Amino acid sequence: MSDHVSTVHTDEQTTTTTEAQSDEGASPVTNGAEAVVAALKNAGVEHLFGVQGGAIMPVYDALHAKQEQLRHVTMAHEQGAAHAADAYGQLTGEPGVCMATSGPGATNLTTGLADADMDSDPVIALTGQVPTDLVGHDAFQETDTVGVTRPVTKANYFASDAETVGDMVGEAYTLAREGRPGPTLVDLPKDVTNGTTDSVPVSPTTPEYHDIPETAAASAVENAVRALSNARKPLILSGGGVIKGDASEELRAFAIEHRIPVVTTMPGIGSFPEDHELALEWAGMHGTGYANMAISHCDCLLAIGTRFDDRLTGGIETFAPEAEIIHVDIDASEISKNVHADYPLIGDASRVIEQLQAAMDEEPAADQWREQCQTWKEAYPMTYATPEDEPLKPQFVVEAMDELTPEDTIVTTGVGQHQMWAAQYWTYTEPNTWISSHGLGTMGYGLPAAIGAKVAAPDRDVVCFDGDGSLLMTIQELSVAVREGLDITVIVLNNEAVGMVRQWQDAFFDRRRMASEYQWVPDFATLAEAFGAKGFTVREYEAVPDTLEAARAYDGPSVVDAFIDPEENVYPMVASGGNNAEFALSEDQL
Amino acid sequence: MSQGLDGPHPEARNIPEGRRSPEGIRLDPQNGADHERHRTVISALVQHEPGVLSKVSGLVSRRQFNIESLTVGSTTNPETARITLVIEESPPGIRQVETQLEKLLPVISVRELDDDAVRRELVVLKVHGEEPDKVHAITEMYSGTVLDAGPRTITVEITGDEQKIDDAIDAFAQFGIREIARTGQTALARGEMWTTDAEEERYERT
Repeated sequence: MSDHVSTVHTDEQTTTTTEAQSDEGASPVTNGAEAVVAALKNAGVEHLFGVQGGAIMPVYDALHAKQEQLRHVTMAHEQGAAHAADAYGQLTGEPGVCMATSGPGATNLTTGLADADMDSDPVIALTGQVPTDLVGHDAFQETDTVGVTRPVTKANYFASDAETVGDMVGEAYTLAREGRPGPTLVDLPKDVTNGTTDSVPVSPTTPEYHDIPETAAASAVENAVRALSNARKPLILSGGGVIKGDASEELRAFAIEHRIPVVTTMPGIGSFPEDHELALEWAGMHGTGYANMAISHCDCLLAIGTRFDDRLTGGIETFAPEAEIIHVDIDASEISKNVHADYPLIGDASRVIEQLQAAMDEEPAADQWREQCQTWKEAYPMTYATPEDEPLKPQFVVEAMDELTPEDTIVTTGVGQHQMWAAQYWTYTEPNTWISSHGLGTMGYGLPAAIGAKVAAPDRDVVCFDGDGSLLMTIQELSVAVREGLDITVIVLNNEAVGMVRQWQDAFFDRRRMASEYQWVPDFATLAEAFGAKGFTVREYEAVPDTLEAARAYDGPSVVDAFIDPEENVYPMVASGGNNAEFALSEDQL
Repeated sequence: MSQGLDGPHPEARNIPEGRRSPEGIRLDPQNGADHERHRTVISALVQHEPGVLSKVSGLVSRRQFNIESLTVGSTTNPETARITLVIEESPPGIRQVETQLEKLLPVISVRELDDDAVRRELVVLKVHGEEPDKVHAITEMYSGTVLDAGPRTITVEITGDEQKIDDAIDAFAQFGIREIARTGQTALARGEMWTTDAEEERYERT
């Protein structure tokens, strides 16, 4: 073990009492691992998701005495831990904590961190590392975790001594949630966590130069409001940042008072009630036809908390081509990154909407525009063919479950066709009811996310829609749901294929279905039973409501294997890089 | 086969005629949106800590910014270092480099330098030594220094702006350049102006 370097802060730290949120206040610590746990406890952490292993053992040992306050959920795989922490972080607004050992443990976390990074979800990862004197020697289970995760974290740290490790964890925690949220990581060499220290972590701070803008400049707000008031075809684009910035209420009030139609991004689903007359639902590749028509024709787009992902914009040259763009974002580097902002407003979403609300005294004269939007809603209905006989249409299953569950039900999904149907055919009316993998598109996200969601919100219904291909990537987490007694319902929209890939092969590769159709898939109901969950199978329309209700009523994790029409595809669809207004309603329009 | 959804065919729709540039700027005949790339110097004051250069260079490579050179060195304050980037980008691209750099945690402050900033670059070059007098004359002409002279090679150092370095290299080419080591540009704001916003408060008189 290498020697510890004492820092100038040592004395301050040992004498500073923390603003601990626990009843006991600051507990004494004897080593680095206890300092790590004390930092988490200071921050108010209640749950952790992780997998044990050699290099992280000291931290787990320090958790042993704190099991009552810090509940550890042992996951089956580190990727599951990261996704569970991600969903937990989204729902609580506080960073979800995931833990893994060095080497393969840490690399397994990486997909989940990349996912959280793309979707700006607050997560803190704690990874074990080989002792510092072995770092760089290709020691057993060694990986350069800081190097590997640098591009997929908001910030990451290598802990170098036991004296400062607690504060480092506190800083990483704070950074994960403040401003634009994101994942942070602290790599913890075993000698550091085993190292002697009595330094109790202080209340977490971040560097003073790392300031987060609160409100936008008054003159910029005035100019933006003038543009919006003068618009004849105004439109609000509400992104995931509205939900993360806890600004849904402000957004609703603003849109409804000024009668401005609202489209959302996919991460922004739930930020505006989809059953409101001003709602055009979500835009982009598989968004509604009316949302895409509105985006394409608006003359002023108030975009809040979105990074203009290419799945939203289609080809940049045709994105909202006649609109002046007002872009509200807390991250200045998002301004004009993908789409030029005519009126950039850098600040916290809810505060900036309040500023806009205060400055706006004239409603845009947009009667004709609102009427036009309604016309588009009628022209491009979200419907599906329901044949009398089987196979089932997946959209029907989604709608049926929506009818059975309360408004605040949390829907999680994997990635693929099922994800799009779950987004399209469920009516979302509240923020934090839609938890999915957007930016990274991680197959297998749904089940571990459902676990994190249920731990965060035990009183709410949690439904995971997954595809057979997507679920198979993380199905081992079902063992965790059973072990933890989590009442979640997994609905497999089973088409015995990687359906979205197959859809693209049909459309763009002359139907050469290479490696997208499964010759065989497991019997998911039996598999669920093998895991100790309750399994159901449904193939017929008549059986759907009762089966879903039985699965929902089962007190514990249940899996419904719903055999759907294997040839059903997702529409509307904007071809990759295409024009949003030219969305296809069927394959022959692509 | 899925039948798809109802609604007018794309060809039956009213499709807007407007367009944006690849930078996402609305192509408005009145305002135009012509963004030529140009070379500029960006200075970043950063925390002097392990990994900072890796973070900056990683960002640069990941975002595909067109970087001509990147230099790093200590400042008057032992806790900070200065990174100087020469980039060739359009004005929106330059703003992006600045804001993306500012987002990195160890980066304290960033600024694009004015055209009148003091910029210097260093080249060390080794030429064949058959004509030592001429090599010496050219070295003097460029206010350079001979660092090493042997029977077969002469190594000289030239400092100056980029144009001067290019010219000097051209001039030395007549002797046959064996090896060359060239730094990127490093630069400071001219006169009393601080190079970035946070310089003054972090300045330590040395």
